[in-house]
Amino acid sequence: MAAMARPARWHRNISAKVAAIPMIATALCIFIGGTAWTVVYSFTNSKLLPKESFVGLRQYERLWGSSKWLTSIENLAIYGAFSLIFALVIGFLLAALLDQKIRFEDTFRTILLYPFALSFIVTGLAWQWILNPDFGVQAVVRGLGWESFTFDPLYNPDIVIYGVLIAGLWHETGLIMCLMLAGLRGIDEDIWKAARIDGIPTWKTYLFIVIPMMRGIFITAIVLIASGIIKVYDLVVAQTGGGPGIASEVPAKYVYDAMFLSQNLGQGFAASTMMLLTVVIIVVPWAYLEFGGKRK
Amino acid sequence: MTKTPHLLKNSLKFPQPELEPVDTTVAVATAATPTPSGTRSDLEPGPRGRKPARRFSRRNLFIYGTLTLVALYYLLPLYVMVVTSLKGMPEIRLGNIFAPPLEITFEPWVKAWSEACTGLNCDGLSRGFWNSVRILVPSVILSIAIASVNGYALANWRFKGAELFFTILIVGAFIPYQVMIYPIVIMLREVGLYGSLTGLVLVHSVFGMPILTLLFRNYFASVPEELFKAARVDGAGFWAIYFKIMLPMSLPIFVVAIILQVTGIWNDFLFGVIYTKPDLYPMTVQLNNIVNSTQGVKEYNVNMAATILTGLVPLSIYFLSGKLFVRGIAAGAVKG
Amino acid sequence: MKSIRTTLVAATALCGVSVAHATDLEVTHWWTSGGEAAAVAEFAKAFDATGNKWVDGAIAGSGGTARPIMISRITGGDPMGATQFNHGRQAEELVEAGLMRDLTEIAEKNNWKDIVRPASLLDSCTLDGKIYCVPVNIHSQQWLWLNNSVFEKAGVAVPTNWDEFAAAAPKLEAAGVVPLALGQQPWQTTLAFQVLLVALAGPDAYTKVFGDKDAEFAAGPDMARVFQAAATARDMAKNSNVQNWNDATTMVITGKAAGQIMGDWAQGEFQVAGQVAGKDYTCLPGLGVNEVIQTGGDAFYFPKVDDAAITEAQGVLAEVMMSPETQVAFNLKKGSLPVRGDVDLNAANDCMRKGLDILAKGNVIPSPDQLMSADSLTLVNDLFVEFFNTPSLTAEEAQTRFASIVEEAD
Repeated sequence: MAAMARPARWHRNISAKVAAIPMIATALCIFIGGTAWTVVYSFTNSKLLPKESFVGLRQYERLWGSSKWLTSIENLAIYGAFSLIFALVIGFLLAALLDQKIRFEDTFRTILLYPFALSFIVTGLAWQWILNPDFGVQAVVRGLGWESFTFDPLYNPDIVIYGVLIAGLWHETGLIMCLMLAGLRGIDEDIWKAARIDGIPTWKTYLFIVIPMMRGIFITAIVLIASGIIKVYDLVVAQTGGGPGIASEVPAKYVYDAMFLSQNLGQGFAASTMMLLTVVIIVVPWAYLEFGGKRK
Repeated sequence: MTKTPHLLKNSLKFPQPELEPVDTTVAVATAATPTPSGTRSDLEPGPRGRKPARRFSRRNLFIYGTLTLVALYYLLPLYVMVVTSLKGMPEIRLGNIFAPPLEITFEPWVKAWSEACTGLNCDGLSRGFWNSVRILVPSVILSIAIASVNGYALANWRFKGAELFFTILIVGAFIPYQVMIYPIVIMLREVGLYGSLTGLVLVHSVFGMPILTLLFRNYFASVPEELFKAARVDGAGFWAIYFKIMLPMSLPIFVVAIILQVTGIWNDFLFGVIYTKPDLYPMTVQLNNIVNSTQGVKEYNVNMAATILTGLVPLSIYFLSGKLFVRGIAAGAVKG
Repeated sequence: MKSIRTTLVAATALCGVSVAHATDLEVTHWWTSGGEAAAVAEFAKAFDATGNKWVDGAIAGSGGTARPIMISRITGGDPMGATQFNHGRQAEELVEAGLMRDLTEIAEKNNWKDIVRPASLLDSCTLDGKIYCVPVNIHSQQWLWLNNSVFEKAGVAVPTNWDEFAAAAPKLEAAGVVPLALGQQPWQTTLAFQVLLVALAGPDAYTKVFGDKDAEFAAGPDMARVFQAAATARDMAKNSNVQNWNDATTMVITGKAAGQIMGDWAQGEFQVAGQVAGKDYTCLPGLGVNEVIQTGGDAFYFPKVDDAAITEAQGVLAEVMMSPETQVAFNLKKGSLPVRGDVDLNAANDCMRKGLDILAKGNVIPSPDQLMSADSLTLVNDLFVEFFNTPSLTAEEAQTRFASIVEEAD
């Protein structure tokens, strides 16, 4: 049995390795190679074209001296934290609601999911409109008689990032809800029965039994959300253009602007290296434990 | 798969509906398969959570009320877009974006599709539609083919080092695309694919790979090992098992992959415009041009119509695929 | 190879524009609005008339979206036939890398040196004595646009200069009008500052700061006055919350705001709204103080290609763009001023004439694009967008930061 199930190791390796060539090539050439290239050129003063004129850490000094970059980081932290928390919580709550053997489940699910089909550009534009104080929500509420009502997140530097968050959540919670729903559907009915027999309240069952069982789902969801957070760019460009002022700048936009608006590739590379570094510090240990470790 | 909920694990391995010979009628499977412990097919509206309560109870009122409110909130932007696209410009300037149009006009739609100008080309979005299709079809096919084989190799034919590359791939999912623009321009130039459709298809495949591979890997890992072993006993090899056993029962995860890729590739602007030439520019380039014209009066109604038109392809795929999406997501993501 | 090209260029020169060699030439640019597209159409028409074919490659979303695409195409080894850049230093490195075609021969043959006015335009196209681009228009930024009826309603005379305008602000506010409309995008705030700088401190101060990068001067008392004026402008614009420049212009047209500091392209908006210069609106070049205009503008570059037919078509296009007829037709549509002084602009309106007069007097200064690298300009942009949006950032603090940017600038 063992001999048959496990053929000679080399044989098994060959087919799988051949099949994995695209992945290996991508990982090495594009992700490692491209990253290394970026890191190397972040030490140069490349302007419009990549040039090998090294200037040490100057790009980094300038990066950390830039208030635009600091604002970007702060915004990303706020956006990231809230986006992650709210997307998971709202996604889970909605999934739990949909999971109550209700009618029209398909309809509700489709409605919640459709924003994900639209691009961020579209999302940003639609919400820019709705949040516009002159003819959006604020104008409508004022029209109803509440004259002092103020809701203009996109024009208030202090809260503009929350305006972006509203749109971001609208876009992604549907997908997270679907993931969660899928996870809930995978929970064994016996667990519910057992919990009921033991007299555990529903919310406790969810919190202490069901959620821990959905670990895999949560991981996939977090990968999806987090990779989206780091890359958030189109949404900001479409919705606020980084404004008012620099109040809603984000790192990906800083990178793009540095590279293509100010034609300072070195600065853009330095900023993206910092982003990469953050990703590596957070993601690599986790990814290694998650995917690289020994499996059962 | 380390993180499988224990109970599930013990319950004699998934007699999941996916194991049925490809049968698109979604939820029959559970009944047909002898399932000892009531693992339900992912979408079967079987008893969930708590015991079903009586209709019209306060609990039901709460559930439907909340869901309806949430649904309205989610529909609001679409409603605004549609309503705006049916108004004339004077009406838009006057008013309330939530008000239904006083006078319905389809002119903005016609304009967005066939008249809006991009520089000198006044043929609206229609110019880019077929280009988008030409980009979409090979990109979706290639990226999914690669990722599914990859995921299969990672899940069922593990070899030394595979996990390392996979980890790199996952980290790659977090790299902002902008960073990769120039290195890829250089790579494509060196292999002589810059500006060609092939080059763009490769780029899409590369950037779709991390998430897709993750999904496929998880999906294939959930396939009962017995099935795999049995095939080995019959002497089937790597490709034979992939094509004869894995593929036929992978419809749900392929649906998920197709949806994710269609959405991503169809909505892509950056790669389409940077790695191709004008005669291959996707629809989103025209959309960008219509929406982003920096000078002159903004025609919001045309913008909205163009926006909806551009979104129609991914939207209709979502609406059509319905249950299959959740089913596939379930299968691809549940097992961490 | 080189000799072949030379021969061909010579051949082109000999045959001139009249000989038809049907070649498709792809031209990329970011002119996509109604007026801009109409202007480009004039180029295309004139080029097509030579028997070649203009293949339009427009990318909207301003230079920020379009430039990476153009640069990628050129460095990726798959260049277009011709491409727009703002002249100045944007394409400098592409030229240095030898990716752009030398147009000196064509320029000499057609005497560009004598006809292009002001000469600084051609200088911006010149590197090491060779000419690499065709300037096609002049856009000036130094304009204050005022809605006459708003001032009547508020009971103030229409201002004739910046100080009068600033003095009228309280009355305007009392009448429920935003005194100054200002879009929130970075370039608009910088534009407002530069215009104030040139108007209040004079062209020399401007050249010292942006041209000589004199940090000491930037930190000095003359500039302090400009920063105070900018703080006043910020105050006047505090109730203006629009993003796009044309939304700000619309505020002026509809009477929500009294005035806007914006380039000559704003005039197109007034015209579209059916307003008449001098009657419905007033334009004050140089804010009515220093009547000087900056000569920024657009230029076309021609990447080097191996294809002889395309090289030839490039030469034809360069000549077409500079020809008097095309210059007039193009600039009337674009709302900008022609780069040659020897053409007649009968169709020009009041404000355009004011611009032409100033140009004729030679009261011109180079645009920041011509003086500073895009990188340094972005830092300036970032500072001013922050300044105009952060009331707590004082004029003094902003000046200190500005001076340090100038010191580092290249």
